Amino acid sequence: MTLDEFVKAFAAEFDDTPAEQFTPATNFRELEEWGSLVALAIISMVDDEMDVQITGADLRNSKTIEDLYNVVCAK
Amino acid sequence: MYNPYSLKGKTVLITGASSGIGKATAIECSRQGATVLLLGRNLERLTQAMEECEGTSHSVIQFDLSKIDNIPDLLGMLPELDGVVHSAGVNTKYLVKKINQERIDELLHTNYYAPALITQLLLNNKKFKKNASMVFISSISASYASVSNALYASSKAALNAFVRCLAMEIAPRGMRANVIQPGIIETPILKAYALTEEMQDFKNSCPLGHSGEPTDIALGCVYLLSEASKFTTGSIMTIDGGLTLK
Repeated sequence: MTLDEFVKAFAAEFDDTPAEQFTPATNFRELEEWGSLVALAIISMVDDEMDVQITGADLRNSKTIEDLYNVVCAK
Repeated sequence: MYNPYSLKGKTVLITGASSGIGKATAIECSRQGATVLLLGRNLERLTQAMEECEGTSHSVIQFDLSKIDNIPDLLGMLPELDGVVHSAGVNTKYLVKKINQERIDELLHTNYYAPALITQLLLNNKKFKKNASMVFISSISASYASVSNALYASSKAALNAFVRCLAMEIAPRGMRANVIQPGIIETPILKAYALTEEMQDFKNSCPLGHSGEPTDIALGCVYLLSEASKFTTGSIMTIDGGLTLK
């Protein structure tokens, strides 16, 4: 999965935040909709789409979507 | 010595016996004198669990309960039983918007179909001795909602309802069926939960101030398998450190 595809898949897990708000540089934990529910959805998406298991700590240690993408790719 | 919890002379089948609550139950039953049949998927871990049991009369059965079509094959592997503890379970977390038929099947096969079909198999083939006792490990999730737990919770709610009806059907034959609903117990299932900080908060919210150990549930199983509980059937025993009081 490319970074652009990852950003799109990441954005798709949000119900209310418009997709155009998401870029690789988006600080996702500052988004109003961010919370444990979305975090679980992201963990699940990464597992389903990329067959990689990430943790809550991986999410906490990532600032931007690109940071998280790099964490996933490194696993 | 007076011991109403003794399981001496009893033969008990325990599913999911290679780890967690099932393993602890196997060990505690053996300490009370039972002959234990440990059933699970992983032969190495089953054997290790058996080695931790007291006594030498125990045996292991390598069997994957998620393959429900194979359950009739169990019949030839089992002697007559005084008790069964259905502890095998899976708890994969899915948000409702991530579920599909395959995922529903995955949870229901191991958590509901397997104990229900094993019970049918054993009853139909007269594998239970007089006054046999069945214990089904459910979960507080059956009535305690949490995010990403809909499939697990519904599988356990189905199990609770099944056991209460089963208890009615087998009572005339002197047999008993009960449920234990554990709260947060330190098992491999719990450790797999991704959001560790949230889980810690959840544990801290327990009135007794900590999570439980597999042995806390295993000793409940010993009670329900023993003559000490001879007047108890169809009950749903919650062992959760007070978590659901709130």
